[in-house]
Amino acid sequence: MKVSLSWLKNYISVDKSIDDLADALTMAGLEVESVSDRYSYLSTVVIGRVVEIKTHPNSDKLKLCNVDVGEQVVSVVCGAPNVKNGILAPCALPGTIFPNGTMLEKCSIRGEVSEGMLCSDVELGLGANSYGIMELEEGFAVGEKLHQALSLSDPVLEIDLTPNRPDCLSLIGTAREIAALQATKLTRPEISLLESDEDITKFTSVTILNPDLCPRYSARLVFDVKIAPSPFWLRDRLVSVGLKPINNIVDVTNFVMMETGQPLHAFDFDRLAKNKIVVRTAKKGEKLTTLDRKQRLLSQEMLMICDGEKPVALAGVMGGLNSEIKQATTRILLESAYFDPVCIRKTSKKTGLATDASHRFERGTDPNGTIFALNRATQLIAEICGGNIIGDTIDEYPKPVPDRVITLSVGSANRRLGTKLSQSDIKKYLSSIEFKVKKIDDDQLRVVPPSFRVDISRFEDLVEEIARLYGYNHIETTFPLIQAKAVRPSKKIDSRYHIKRLLVGLDFTETITYSFINKLSCDRLELKSNDQKRRLINILNPIAEDQSVLRTSLIPGLLETMHYNMAMQNKNLKLFEIGNVFFNTGKEDSQPDEVEMLAGLWTGNRMDDSWLSKGKNCDFYDIKGAVEALLRNLRITNVRFTRMRPEDCCYTKPGHTAQLFVQNKSIGIIGEVLPKVLKNYDLKQQAYIFELNIDNLIEFIPDIKSAKPLPKFPSTSRDITLIVDKDIEAFNIIKSVEVLNENLVENLYLFDVYEGSPIPAGKKSISLRITYRSAFETLEDEMINFLHKNITDRLIKEFNAILPA
Amino acid sequence: MNKTIKQIKEDALKELQAVSDSKKINELSVRYLGRKGVVTQFLKTIASMPKEKRAKAGEKANETKKSLDKAFKEALIRIETRSAAIEDSIDVSLPGRIINHGSLHPITQITLQICDIFSRLGFAIAEGPEVETDYYNFEALNIPKNHPARDMQDTFYISQNIVLRTHTSPTQPRIMEKQKPPLRIIAPGKVYRCDSDLTHTPMFQQVEGLLVDRRVSFGDLKGILTTFIHQIFDEQTSLRFRPSFFPFTEPSAEVDIRCVMCRGKGCRVCSQTGWLEIIGAGMVHPAVFENVGYDTSVFTGFAFGMGIERIAMLKYGIDDIRKYYENDLRFLRQF
Repeated sequence: MKVSLSWLKNYISVDKSIDDLADALTMAGLEVESVSDRYSYLSTVVIGRVVEIKTHPNSDKLKLCNVDVGEQVVSVVCGAPNVKNGILAPCALPGTIFPNGTMLEKCSIRGEVSEGMLCSDVELGLGANSYGIMELEEGFAVGEKLHQALSLSDPVLEIDLTPNRPDCLSLIGTAREIAALQATKLTRPEISLLESDEDITKFTSVTILNPDLCPRYSARLVFDVKIAPSPFWLRDRLVSVGLKPINNIVDVTNFVMMETGQPLHAFDFDRLAKNKIVVRTAKKGEKLTTLDRKQRLLSQEMLMICDGEKPVALAGVMGGLNSEIKQATTRILLESAYFDPVCIRKTSKKTGLATDASHRFERGTDPNGTIFALNRATQLIAEICGGNIIGDTIDEYPKPVPDRVITLSVGSANRRLGTKLSQSDIKKYLSSIEFKVKKIDDDQLRVVPPSFRVDISRFEDLVEEIARLYGYNHIETTFPLIQAKAVRPSKKIDSRYHIKRLLVGLDFTETITYSFINKLSCDRLELKSNDQKRRLINILNPIAEDQSVLRTSLIPGLLETMHYNMAMQNKNLKLFEIGNVFFNTGKEDSQPDEVEMLAGLWTGNRMDDSWLSKGKNCDFYDIKGAVEALLRNLRITNVRFTRMRPEDCCYTKPGHTAQLFVQNKSIGIIGEVLPKVLKNYDLKQQAYIFELNIDNLIEFIPDIKSAKPLPKFPSTSRDITLIVDKDIEAFNIIKSVEVLNENLVENLYLFDVYEGSPIPAGKKSISLRITYRSAFETLEDEMINFLHKNITDRLIKEFNAILPA
Repeated sequence: MNKTIKQIKEDALKELQAVSDSKKINELSVRYLGRKGVVTQFLKTIASMPKEKRAKAGEKANETKKSLDKAFKEALIRIETRSAAIEDSIDVSLPGRIINHGSLHPITQITLQICDIFSRLGFAIAEGPEVETDYYNFEALNIPKNHPARDMQDTFYISQNIVLRTHTSPTQPRIMEKQKPPLRIIAPGKVYRCDSDLTHTPMFQQVEGLLVDRRVSFGDLKGILTTFIHQIFDEQTSLRFRPSFFPFTEPSAEVDIRCVMCRGKGCRVCSQTGWLEIIGAGMVHPAVFENVGYDTSVFTGFAFGMGIERIAMLKYGIDDIRKYYENDLRFLRQF
């Protein structure tokens, strides 16, 4: 909200500089976002002296003036009747932005160059006079900036109010805070009305059918008004806080709303059917065209102001076009009401109409403030628009809002804050903001907050007021006295960081991508129609189409990150991300299954190009090696990689995809990204990925590490080379030796795989090195040979293998 | 016999210094120490010396012979090793074989630092779901439906009662429902708001803090946050607490720190104010305690929340929040 200092000064004296005032307000919880001077737009308007006038060759009305603006003489085309040689007048220079929003540029007017503009009061926003240019008396220095010469300065504070402080959505409300901070007095405008003898009830009536939604409705009538533009001072006030002047009646209602915080509405009384007001909720199918000329279909929970027949205003939000004040209006009904905040908010949300009025009503206005604002507006209308104030007020108040009475314990307040404030200090602070405070005993006070402080309902609210006025920064900084009790860290959180660090050690860089992805991601990943990953969650109000569903996989994020980096010429990437994916459970209005995943992507070179090795592309075994290294470092054992069935592969290439099992539990996949998927993401470079369920992985990280004794006796190795069918997986051969559970076999190492001549087609050779060792003796050659032959024979038999020639 | 043995030694060493190949050194050795060498000649002259000088002169001459012999041999070895090394040498200035290292995302690094500081203060780390119910995200935190406070956060909706959490605060009621006080937790995590511009990304990360015990005061909140700021930045960073509004705390505070860029002089980062808004905090609102069944007459507590991106921006001098989620490798590798 904007408040101008000059307007504030109508209600208080300000003893601080504007910066100190802004600071004090901020520190009292009314955050001042910015301070600007409303006349700063005049900084390019200077005092000019007309030094020569010539006729315009192409116009009778226009004149060519040479104007001395201090450092230079500029030529100005001017059409003002009062321009004379030798006079002083404000001259705007190119770049000036006038109050009406236009910017002055150097231009040519009917073929003559104009390098500035001699201005009128109206053009400068400094008065109502639009006849000719503003003539200044002698004594001003030519070239001086106008706002300095005329001492025009009016700082405007832009205050970012929190939703709990609707009482400050007005000049008087803000002034009240300042008065409390300065310990000075607030002066409200004095009101005196000259009313006619006729009584309002003779002309109209107000009926409230929904007192819960409209607890109070106050109204006055003013007859014989004359609609016209407002006087300059009124328009100037509205402009100073960013409102647009409309006509004298509407301007008065807006002025009083800004002054008091009470929104008002003026109806053309003669356009109200049966000259009466009925407050009720809308009927099914009812429609109203609001002042913004939009027709609105009303719903039954919306509160309406109606005349004897139909809705004439959307209560608390916007008036109806059918009762708008027009040029011909002579009799008006002024409304000043208190509405239920929730009701107004719902209507505002539903219609998408947020107005200055709804903003105040939905936060809560002062139920006891309707009469003051109504009388203030009536007084101003009588002053400005002429008119005859009809005697008395209608004040329907079927549901009086009760006072809140709060018991405040000084001891409890001090304990909550960590302060040692006395009862009298507290009483002083609360009284300064118009709270009624009465002593109950040495500890307790009975506090009644004023009706405009709708945010105060309990003890803790009072504590905040005390702290605010005492100053948060005066509260002593202490430390909580807490039990020295340790909490066991979560294995999940610890392991997650451990995994992240291990991957970093393996040269992977962590990425974080958005949890929402493009709706088309499933298609781009070539997911089958029944794939679990199609159980998407839609966001009802996405920010963009490509962020409209929650991800069910981390792979789209990684592929998009790859795409982005390719464009940035980062061609070699080793990336990983740990994050949640979300699956629709199918249950309506319920939380999704959130699953934490780990995924990685490797593309480009295996190693950085260097003088030692020239860029070789990474392949399946690189990313597998990385995953194996991770598992090894995590001490996860009993790991198995098997070829994924082609029909189970989705975004990875069949035959180049492995499923990872730990202790026979599926943990995830590793594979080469399907070329079609790469194409869908506009990627031209092979990429390899892994995608693991991190919860399942963490489950297998052993909690305890135990040491084994080192061997005392030497080991011996023997090699076997077998020629087997090409599609036999090496893992099965290794497994076959392992299941023998021969305790003299210490280690098995696959050191060569070969296909091609002289190995027959459809076959491959596999070479294994077996290390034998006993924990109790040095093994004799005979013993090893026997054992090795046994194993060899068994493998030959099991895999239908032959030995190389 | 003109030269003294001392002079002979000095001359020999001087000559030795001037030569740099093994052949010349050998020649030198013969000229001084050979059978007809200078030193040998000198030794022969000793016999003709007066008796009382003979012993001393002999001793000195032999010493000289030995030390010159040593000097010649050492010079030879030195030259030989050097020439051998030149033949068999590598360019040690060439870069080594690359062993690369990845990097943790800057947000992860700052989260780790924040968690570490609070862990040292005895806080346990907790986490909660990112897709929340309206109840935990709002109602349990004293933000009823149709309350203007809902406008403070632009919410992504999944369905009528399911939202992407707009803050990490729902972890507060979730934890309190499960655990009895005393309680000290922090909860880092992703949060979402329907907002995207230079200073906002629709997803960002926060750390929530909560401490509940008997007799916890606002002064204690100031203490914990002051110590935190001093740890994450430095002891010279001053703080100011000013009143604010969060429905789930009362009193509520906004915590500003002296701008770490300009130290309060005013700069672009702090919009010339000298202060940076960094943490929202306050004493837990009794309504929140009532919602989880805590006895408000016995327990008080404080809660706070901060944006991790903002702290990372200040610590690393990052000027555009969107950089975090573009994941440009050249950006990520800097941390």
